[in-house]
Amino acid sequence: MSHDTHLEGAESHGSLRDYVIGFLLSVVLTAIPFWLVMARPLASPGWTAALVLGLAAVQMIVHMIYFLHMNGKSEGGWTMMALIFTIIIVVIMLTGSLWVMYHLNTNMMPMPHDMSQMP
Amino acid sequence: MTAATILSEADRVRFYDLEEHDHPDGHSTMLGFWIYLMSDCLIFAILFACYAVLGGNYAAGPGPKDLFDLPLVALNTAMLLFSSITYGFAMLAMQRGRIGATQFWLAVTGIFGAAFLSIELYEFSHLIHEGATPQRSGFLSAFFTLVGTHGLHVTFGTVWLVTMMVQVARHGLIPANRRRLMCLSLFWHFLDVIWIGVFTFVYLMGMLR
Repeated sequence: MSHDTHLEGAESHGSLRDYVIGFLLSVVLTAIPFWLVMARPLASPGWTAALVLGLAAVQMIVHMIYFLHMNGKSEGGWTMMALIFTIIIVVIMLTGSLWVMYHLNTNMMPMPHDMSQMP
Repeated sequence: MTAATILSEADRVRFYDLEEHDHPDGHSTMLGFWIYLMSDCLIFAILFACYAVLGGNYAAGPGPKDLFDLPLVALNTAMLLFSSITYGFAMLAMQRGRIGATQFWLAVTGIFGAAFLSIELYEFSHLIHEGATPQRSGFLSAFFTLVGTHGLHVTFGTVWLVTMMVQVARHGLIPANRRRLMCLSLFWHFLDVIWIGVFTFVYLMGMLR
Protein backbone atom coordinates (compact mmCIF):
# COMPACT_ATOMS: atom_id res chain seq x y z
CA MET A 1 0.00 0.00 0.00
CA SER A 2 2.93 2.31 0.70
CA HIS A 3 3.93 1.85 -2.89
CA ASP A 4 0.47 2.88 -4.00
CA THR A 5 0.70 6.14 -2.10
CA HIS A 6 4.16 6.66 -3.56
CA LEU A 7 2.75 6.41 -7.07
CA GLU A 8 -0.06 8.80 -6.25
CA GLY A 9 2.44 11.29 -4.87
CA ALA A 10 5.04 10.99 -7.60
CA GLU A 11 2.81 11.24 -10.63
CA SER A 12 0.89 14.43 -11.13
CA HIS A 13 -2.65 13.77 -12.25
CA GLY A 14 -4.79 16.08 -14.26
CA SER A 15 -8.15 17.30 -13.12
CA LEU A 16 -11.31 17.35 -15.20
CA ARG A 17 -10.74 21.07 -15.67
CA ASP A 18 -7.25 20.41 -17.10
CA TYR A 19 -8.50 17.86 -19.61
CA VAL A 20 -11.40 20.05 -20.76
CA ILE A 21 -9.19 23.15 -21.14
CA GLY A 22 -6.60 21.07 -23.03
CA PHE A 23 -9.27 19.59 -25.29
CA LEU A 24 -10.91 22.94 -26.12
CA LEU A 25 -7.54 24.57 -26.83
CA SER A 26 -6.59 21.60 -29.05
CA VAL A 27 -9.83 21.83 -31.01
CA VAL A 28 -9.27 25.55 -31.68
CA LEU A 29 -5.57 25.03 -32.47
CA THR A 30 -6.44 22.20 -34.89
CA ALA A 31 -9.37 23.97 -36.55
CA ILE A 32 -7.44 27.17 -37.34
CA PRO A 33 -4.60 25.54 -39.38
CA PHE A 34 -7.06 23.34 -41.32
CA TRP A 35 -9.17 26.43 -42.06
CA LEU A 36 -6.05 28.38 -43.10
CA VAL A 37 -5.06 25.70 -45.61
CA MET A 38 -8.52 24.67 -46.86
CA ALA A 39 -10.10 28.13 -47.21
CA ARG A 40 -6.83 30.02 -47.81
CA PRO A 41 -7.84 33.38 -46.27
CA LEU A 42 -4.18 34.40 -46.53
CA ALA A 43 -2.92 34.72 -50.09
CA SER A 44 0.74 34.20 -49.21
CA PRO A 45 1.72 30.51 -48.84
CA GLY A 46 4.75 31.54 -46.80
CA TRP A 47 2.70 33.30 -44.13
CA THR A 48 0.14 30.49 -44.09
CA ALA A 49 2.93 27.93 -43.61
CA ALA A 50 4.56 29.96 -40.83
CA LEU A 51 1.24 30.37 -39.02
CA VAL A 52 0.38 26.66 -39.39
CA LEU A 53 3.78 25.61 -38.00
CA GLY A 54 3.49 28.10 -35.15
CA LEU A 55 0.03 26.83 -34.18
CA ALA A 56 1.32 23.22 -34.26
CA ALA A 57 4.13 24.14 -31.86
CA VAL A 58 1.62 25.82 -29.52
CA GLN A 59 -0.68 22.77 -29.69
CA MET A 60 2.20 20.43 -28.86
CA ILE A 61 2.94 22.51 -25.75
CA VAL A 62 -0.77 22.48 -24.82
CA HIS A 63 -0.79 18.66 -25.09
CA MET A 64 2.40 18.42 -23.02
CA ILE A 65 0.93 20.52 -20.21
CA TYR A 66 -2.73 19.45 -20.12
CA PHE A 67 -2.62 15.81 -21.33
CA LEU A 68 0.88 14.59 -20.47
CA HIS A 69 0.94 16.72 -17.26
CA MET A 70 4.52 17.78 -17.82
CA ASN A 71 6.09 19.98 -15.19
CA GLY A 72 9.57 20.55 -13.79
CA LYS A 73 8.84 18.64 -10.58
CA SER A 74 7.61 15.16 -11.61
CA GLU A 75 10.15 12.36 -10.92
CA GLY A 76 12.47 14.90 -9.33
CA GLY A 77 12.74 16.90 -12.55
CA TRP A 78 14.16 14.00 -14.58
CA THR A 79 11.27 13.79 -17.03
CA MET A 80 11.81 17.45 -17.90
CA MET A 81 15.57 16.89 -18.24
CA ALA A 82 14.97 13.91 -20.56
CA LEU A 83 12.53 15.99 -22.62
CA ILE A 84 14.94 18.92 -22.96
CA PHE A 85 17.77 16.55 -23.93
CA THR A 86 15.54 14.89 -26.56
CA ILE A 87 14.44 18.23 -27.99
CA ILE A 88 18.10 19.32 -28.34
CA ILE A 89 18.98 16.07 -30.16
CA VAL A 90 15.92 16.36 -32.40
CA VAL A 91 16.68 19.97 -33.33
CA ILE A 92 20.34 19.18 -34.11
CA MET A 93 19.34 16.17 -36.19
CA LEU A 94 16.52 17.86 -38.13
CA THR A 95 18.41 21.05 -38.95
CA GLY A 96 21.60 19.10 -39.67
CA SER A 97 19.87 16.66 -42.04
CA LEU A 98 17.97 19.38 -43.87
CA TRP A 99 21.01 21.63 -44.16
CA VAL A 100 23.34 18.91 -45.44
CA MET A 101 20.83 17.30 -47.79
CA TYR A 102 19.72 20.66 -49.21
CA HIS A 103 23.29 21.55 -50.14
CA LEU A 104 23.89 18.05 -51.45
CA ASN A 105 20.85 18.38 -53.71
CA THR A 106 21.79 21.80 -55.06
CA ASN A 107 25.43 20.79 -55.66
CA MET A 108 24.64 17.53 -57.47
CA MET A 109 24.95 17.38 -61.22
CA PRO A 110 21.58 17.21 -62.95
CA MET A 111 20.75 13.65 -63.92
CA PRO A 112 18.16 12.15 -66.23
CA HIS A 113 15.32 10.30 -64.52
CA ASP A 114 16.14 7.07 -66.27
CA MET A 115 19.58 5.98 -65.12
CA SER A 116 19.84 3.24 -67.77
CA GLN A 117 20.26 5.96 -70.41
CA MET A 118 23.59 6.89 -68.83
CA PRO A 119 26.69 5.92 -70.80
CA MET B 1 48.22 21.16 10.86
CA THR B 2 49.73 18.10 9.18
CA ALA B 3 49.29 15.99 12.29
CA ALA B 4 45.59 16.79 12.35
CA THR B 5 45.25 15.79 8.70
CA ILE B 6 46.99 12.46 9.24
CA LEU B 7 44.87 11.78 12.27
CA SER B 8 41.64 12.46 10.40
CA GLU B 9 42.79 10.22 7.53
CA ALA B 10 43.43 7.36 9.94
CA ASP B 11 40.27 7.89 11.94
CA ARG B 12 37.94 8.17 8.99
CA VAL B 13 35.03 5.82 9.49
CA ARG B 14 34.13 3.89 6.42
CA PHE B 15 30.64 2.73 5.63
CA TYR B 16 29.93 -0.11 3.31
CA ASP B 17 26.38 -0.18 2.09
CA LEU B 18 25.62 -3.87 2.23
CA GLU B 19 21.90 -3.61 2.76
CA GLU B 20 19.68 -3.45 -0.30
CA HIS B 21 17.67 -0.26 -0.41
CA ASP B 22 13.94 -0.55 -0.49
CA HIS B 23 12.85 -0.64 -4.11
CA PRO B 24 9.09 -0.77 -4.11
CA ASP B 25 7.60 -2.56 -7.12
CA GLY B 26 7.35 -0.17 -10.05
CA HIS B 27 8.66 2.92 -8.30
CA SER B 28 10.72 3.88 -11.33
CA THR B 29 8.36 2.60 -14.03
CA MET B 30 6.96 6.00 -14.96
CA LEU B 31 10.42 7.54 -15.45
CA GLY B 32 11.57 4.49 -17.41
CA PHE B 33 8.52 4.63 -19.63
CA TRP B 34 9.09 8.33 -20.21
CA ILE B 35 12.67 7.57 -21.33
CA TYR B 36 11.23 4.98 -23.75
CA LEU B 37 8.83 7.61 -25.13
CA MET B 38 11.73 9.99 -25.67
CA SER B 39 13.58 7.30 -27.65
CA ASP B 40 10.40 6.77 -29.66
CA CYS B 41 10.37 10.50 -30.24
CA LEU B 42 13.83 10.15 -31.83
CA ILE B 43 12.52 7.44 -34.18
CA PHE B 44 9.78 9.78 -35.36
CA ALA B 45 12.26 12.67 -35.63
CA ILE B 46 14.38 10.56 -37.99
CA LEU B 47 11.32 9.68 -40.09
CA PHE B 48 10.28 13.34 -40.18
CA ALA B 49 13.81 14.25 -41.32
CA CYS B 50 13.55 11.58 -44.07
CA TYR B 51 10.23 12.99 -45.18
CA ALA B 52 11.60 16.53 -45.16
CA VAL B 53 14.50 15.47 -47.37
CA LEU B 54 12.61 13.12 -49.72
CA GLY B 55 9.19 14.80 -49.63
CA GLY B 56 9.82 16.78 -52.80
CA ASN B 57 11.04 13.86 -54.92
CA TYR B 58 7.92 12.88 -56.86
CA ALA B 59 9.82 11.04 -59.65
CA ALA B 60 7.25 12.48 -62.09
CA GLY B 61 4.56 10.77 -60.02
CA PRO B 62 1.64 12.21 -58.04
CA GLY B 63 2.33 14.90 -55.42
CA PRO B 64 0.53 15.79 -52.18
CA LYS B 65 -2.01 18.02 -53.94
CA ASP B 66 -3.11 15.13 -56.18
CA LEU B 67 -3.37 12.62 -53.35
CA PHE B 68 -4.33 14.13 -50.01
CA ASP B 69 -7.94 14.56 -48.97
CA LEU B 70 -7.94 17.20 -46.22
CA PRO B 71 -11.52 16.66 -44.93
CA LEU B 72 -10.60 12.99 -44.34
CA VAL B 73 -7.43 14.04 -42.49
CA ALA B 74 -9.47 16.49 -40.40
CA LEU B 75 -11.87 13.68 -39.50
CA ASN B 76 -8.92 11.47 -38.55
CA THR B 77 -7.46 14.23 -36.40
CA ALA B 78 -10.82 14.64 -34.66
CA MET B 79 -10.94 10.89 -33.91
CA LEU B 80 -7.52 11.00 -32.24
CA LEU B 81 -8.36 14.18 -30.33
CA PHE B 82 -11.62 12.69 -29.03
CA SER B 83 -9.76 9.53 -28.01
CA SER B 84 -7.31 11.69 -26.05
CA ILE B 85 -9.98 13.33 -23.93
CA THR B 86 -11.90 10.08 -23.39
CA TYR B 87 -8.67 8.50 -22.16
CA GLY B 88 -8.37 11.47 -19.81
CA PHE B 89 -11.88 10.67 -18.51
CA ALA B 90 -10.80 7.04 -17.99
CA MET B 91 -7.85 8.25 -15.90
CA LEU B 92 -10.14 10.49 -13.83
CA ALA B 93 -12.50 7.55 -13.24
CA MET B 94 -9.50 5.41 -12.27
CA GLN B 95 -8.38 7.98 -9.68
CA ARG B 96 -11.81 7.78 -8.06
CA GLY B 97 -11.54 3.98 -8.09
CA ARG B 98 -14.62 3.46 -10.26
CA ILE B 99 -14.03 0.30 -12.30
CA GLY B 100 -17.21 0.53 -14.39
CA ALA B 101 -16.61 4.11 -15.51
CA THR B 102 -12.93 3.37 -16.22
CA GLN B 103 -13.87 0.42 -18.41
CA PHE B 104 -16.54 2.46 -20.21
CA TRP B 105 -14.16 5.31 -21.08
CA LEU B 106 -11.41 2.86 -22.07
CA ALA B 107 -13.87 1.19 -24.44
CA VAL B 108 -14.85 4.58 -25.94
CA THR B 109 -11.14 5.39 -26.38
CA GLY B 110 -10.61 2.04 -28.08
CA ILE B 111 -13.49 2.71 -30.48
CA PHE B 112 -12.06 6.11 -31.44
CA GLY B 113 -8.64 4.50 -31.89
CA ALA B 114 -10.13 1.81 -34.13
CA ALA B 115 -12.01 4.49 -36.11
CA PHE B 116 -8.73 6.35 -36.62
CA LEU B 117 -7.04 3.19 -37.87
CA SER B 118 -9.93 2.32 -40.18
CA ILE B 119 -9.86 5.77 -41.77
CA GLU B 120 -6.10 5.58 -42.18
CA LEU B 121 -6.27 2.11 -43.74
CA TYR B 122 -9.03 3.35 -46.08
CA GLU B 123 -6.79 6.26 -47.08
CA PHE B 124 -3.80 3.95 -47.67
CA SER B 125 -5.81 1.46 -49.72
CA HIS B 126 -7.25 4.34 -51.74
CA LEU B 127 -3.74 5.66 -52.45
CA ILE B 128 -2.42 2.23 -53.41
CA HIS B 129 -5.47 1.66 -55.61
CA GLU B 130 -4.64 4.89 -57.44
CA GLY B 131 -1.11 3.61 -58.08
CA ALA B 132 0.49 5.78 -55.38
CA THR B 133 2.32 2.86 -53.78
CA PRO B 134 5.36 3.20 -51.49
CA GLN B 135 7.56 2.11 -54.40
CA ARG B 136 6.31 4.90 -56.68
CA SER B 137 8.60 7.75 -55.52
CA GLY B 138 10.84 8.92 -52.72
CA PHE B 139 8.01 11.14 -51.50
CA LEU B 140 5.59 8.21 -51.22
CA SER B 141 8.19 5.93 -49.58
CA ALA B 142 8.85 8.55 -46.91
CA PHE B 143 5.11 9.27 -46.53
CA PHE B 144 4.09 5.64 -46.02
CA THR B 145 6.99 5.01 -43.63
CA LEU B 146 6.24 8.03 -41.44
CA VAL B 147 2.44 7.80 -41.36
CA GLY B 148 2.55 3.97 -41.30
CA THR B 149 4.87 3.95 -38.27
CA HIS B 150 2.47 6.23 -36.43
CA GLY B 151 -0.44 3.99 -37.43
CA LEU B 152 1.49 0.95 -36.19
CA HIS B 153 1.98 2.68 -32.84
CA VAL B 154 -1.75 3.38 -32.60
CA THR B 155 -2.42 -0.28 -33.48
CA PHE B 156 -0.20 -1.50 -30.64
CA GLY B 157 -1.71 1.12 -28.34
CA THR B 158 -5.16 -0.26 -29.12
CA VAL B 159 -4.00 -3.84 -28.47
CA TRP B 160 -2.51 -2.68 -25.17
CA LEU B 161 -5.77 -0.90 -24.32
CA VAL B 162 -7.83 -4.05 -24.89
CA THR B 163 -5.31 -6.01 -22.80
CA MET B 164 -5.69 -3.49 -19.98
CA MET B 165 -9.49 -3.75 -20.14
CA VAL B 166 -9.19 -7.53 -19.65
CA GLN B 167 -6.69 -7.00 -16.82
CA VAL B 168 -8.95 -4.49 -15.06
CA ALA B 169 -11.95 -6.79 -15.50
CA ARG B 170 -10.05 -9.71 -13.96
CA HIS B 171 -8.05 -8.02 -11.18
CA GLY B 172 -9.69 -4.64 -10.67
CA LEU B 173 -7.83 -1.35 -10.21
CA ILE B 174 -4.90 -2.83 -8.32
CA PRO B 175 -1.70 -0.72 -8.05
CA ALA B 176 -0.04 -2.63 -10.91
CA ASN B 177 -3.00 -1.98 -13.21
CA ARG B 178 -3.12 1.68 -12.24
CA ARG B 179 0.56 1.98 -13.09
CA ARG B 180 0.06 0.27 -16.46
CA LEU B 181 -2.90 2.48 -17.26
CA MET B 182 -0.79 5.56 -16.49
CA CYS B 183 1.93 4.30 -18.84
CA LEU B 184 -0.67 3.73 -21.55
CA SER B 185 -2.00 7.24 -20.88
CA LEU B 186 1.45 8.68 -21.58
CA PHE B 187 1.77 6.50 -24.71
CA TRP B 188 -1.66 7.48 -26.05
CA HIS B 189 -1.24 11.22 -25.49
CA PHE B 190 2.29 11.03 -26.89
CA LEU B 191 0.92 9.53 -30.13
CA ASP B 192 -1.49 12.45 -30.35
CA VAL B 193 1.45 14.87 -30.07
CA ILE B 194 3.20 13.02 -32.92
CA TRP B 195 0.01 13.22 -34.98
CA ILE B 196 0.04 17.03 -34.61
CA GLY B 197 3.43 16.91 -36.34
CA VAL B 198 2.12 14.54 -39.02
CA PHE B 199 -1.01 16.46 -39.99
CA THR B 200 0.83 19.79 -39.90
CA PHE B 201 4.04 18.82 -41.61
CA VAL B 202 2.88 16.12 -44.02
CA TYR B 203 -0.70 17.00 -44.94
CA LEU B 204 -1.11 20.76 -44.43
CA MET B 205 2.39 21.73 -45.57
CA GLY B 206 2.04 19.25 -48.44
CA MET B 207 -0.98 21.16 -49.72
CA LEU B 208 0.99 24.43 -49.52
CA ARG B 209 4.03 23.09 -51.35
